[in-house]
Amino acid sequence: MIRFLIKGILRDRSRSLLPVIVVALGVFLTVFMSGFFKGVMTDMIDMNAKFSSGHVKVVTRAYAENADQAPIDLAILGVSDLKNQLQSAYPDMEWVERIRTGGLLDVPDENGETRGQGPAVGTAIDLLSPESGEVKRMGIQNSIVKGRLPEKPGEALISDDFAEKFSVAVGDEVTLFGSTMNGSMMFHTFVVSGTLRFGNSLIDRGAIFMDLQDAQIALDMEDAASEILGYYKHQPYDDIAAQSLTESFNARYSVESDEFSPLMTRLAEDAGMADYLAIAENMVGLMIFIFVIAMSIVLWNTGLLGALRRYSEFGVRLALGEEKKHIYRTTIYEAILIGIIGSFVGTLLGVALSYRLQTHGWDFSELTGNIGMMMPSVFRAQVTPSMFYIGFIPGVIATVLGNALAGFAIYKRKTARLFHELEV
Amino acid sequence: MKRMKKIFITALMTTALVGLAAQDADQILETVDKNMSSKNRIFESDMVIQGRRNSRTITSVSYSVGDKQSFTEYISPAREQGTKMLKLEDKLWIYSPSTDRIIQISGHMLRQSVMGSDLSYEDMMDDRKMTEVYSATVAGHEEIDGRDTYVLDLTAKVDDVAYHSQKIWVDTERYVPLKQEMFAKSGQLLKRTTLSNVQKIQGRWFPMNMVYKDMLKDGKGTEFRVNSAKFDQDIPDYIFTKAALKQ
Repeated sequence: MIRFLIKGILRDRSRSLLPVIVVALGVFLTVFMSGFFKGVMTDMIDMNAKFSSGHVKVVTRAYAENADQAPIDLAILGVSDLKNQLQSAYPDMEWVERIRTGGLLDVPDENGETRGQGPAVGTAIDLLSPESGEVKRMGIQNSIVKGRLPEKPGEALISDDFAEKFSVAVGDEVTLFGSTMNGSMMFHTFVVSGTLRFGNSLIDRGAIFMDLQDAQIALDMEDAASEILGYYKHQPYDDIAAQSLTESFNARYSVESDEFSPLMTRLAEDAGMADYLAIAENMVGLMIFIFVIAMSIVLWNTGLLGALRRYSEFGVRLALGEEKKHIYRTTIYEAILIGIIGSFVGTLLGVALSYRLQTHGWDFSELTGNIGMMMPSVFRAQVTPSMFYIGFIPGVIATVLGNALAGFAIYKRKTARLFHELEV
Repeated sequence: MKRMKKIFITALMTTALVGLAAQDADQILETVDKNMSSKNRIFESDMVIQGRRNSRTITSVSYSVGDKQSFTEYISPAREQGTKMLKLEDKLWIYSPSTDRIIQISGHMLRQSVMGSDLSYEDMMDDRKMTEVYSATVAGHEEIDGRDTYVLDLTAKVDDVAYHSQKIWVDTERYVPLKQEMFAKSGQLLKRTTLSNVQKIQGRWFPMNMVYKDMLKDGKGTEFRVNSAKFDQDIPDYIFTKAALKQ
């Protein structure tokens, strides 16, 4: 019977073409959008992990309470010991120290007096050790607009926007002014080795990237750091594994009554990240749900039109003695076949476009340049195994549902009326 | 007719009393200004900053002329030694000996804490007489540490002021504030200052100990102890120049 139905679908294109196009279009949108959102969300989470939250992050309990102010006076002391303990207890992760500080970036004139200045967001990472993976992790090399990476102590990278605004050239000096860990005034002059732009206003606005040791000297932070970030060496972020890691660490090292004891948090606990992760997880399900509802209504109408067109055919089949139940069943079988064909075509197109966006990306830098969220400026889709089957769920369900609703007309068909119609 | 007369007299008396109260408040504030402000002054002081991990004492010498010129040199600890601050009108420069740079502080940085203390650069810069900035009303009397005080409500009458309103407790005998609360326009309490160890210096009463507490920050506050205060001295003009910063 299946072969008979397939022949019917292929030979009578007016019966199948429109439903196949509708299903293929809907499935294409579902598959592509799920790949697109998955890619963008993954990139956004990844960017936050690389720049800000790590897969897990260790700070003091007092620092965690005021993390948005980057309070270096509440930084971790004895950071080398703690990092060594982390490395031996959790060897499958890479642990890195970072310092974040705010202040004023001041550009001197020829007399050493202020020529221009602006608020600065300082980030100190291990820029100079050959074994450090920080430059690669943060994509600093690719973000350099002018100059080069710092090669010796006392050199720093500054935001290209800031450099343009105050006409700072590579090789010029800038002074970072702020407070040390102990609250003293901090003045530290850096030579600009290069300028960079990440394409994100949150990072680019007055950014200065300096070497960790330079920052420790400037900020009186000997053997201290704002935070220790942990990254999985061989796998992407896994929330369940991260949760068990943070629980084991906090049970061992964190003391509630000691505000300077270390506290480990995971990526999902970082400001707003839990929402992003939940959106990333639920987006595909939500899209399938919307698609099933919307497509069912469209296909119901398509089915109704088809049923009207096949009004006479149903009448003849009933006159030849075929049961209404059988006609209804064959209509459903037809719908399943149309759903599968449409879903196949839609999935093929959706995966193809997603793959293209995965490899080439879509540059949105002009639109995302001034937003305050940490998100990538080039949007990339992500082709996942689930994309090869998720389209079939709404594609087939919507077609069957639409035809099942439209098919009720068969039961209203009267044979007696057919002869009357044929006479006419 | 009799009733109208009564109302008229009551209104007249109320207006007179309100006028007298305002006059009293202004007179109190003027007397406070006479104690707290001077033609010029030289202070040697310790600032004790209570951090969450430790406390630090910073010693400095400062020279001021009216509310327009001020020069401060930090003496100790070693980290701060040689750091100098110059205020001329509404501009502020800081000299750092480690970098040999003179940095001008402006904009939102003026609201930042000075050396981790509860005082902002803006607080340090605003030395204007209270009568120039605020209009006052007497809100009542209260006792602080066994001394009777006038409680004054101050409201800013100029725009360029760090605190929109203040409540101050003024010693009724010595006309020195013993407590100050500073509020934002929204009514939020921003800072509280308690003043003590009031001494008579060159014919004026002056509080030698001040504890500043930034109410938006955790911590125990910043103590400002004046070790030596000299008023109406001969201060050479060159001190209030940018050249003096590098000397």
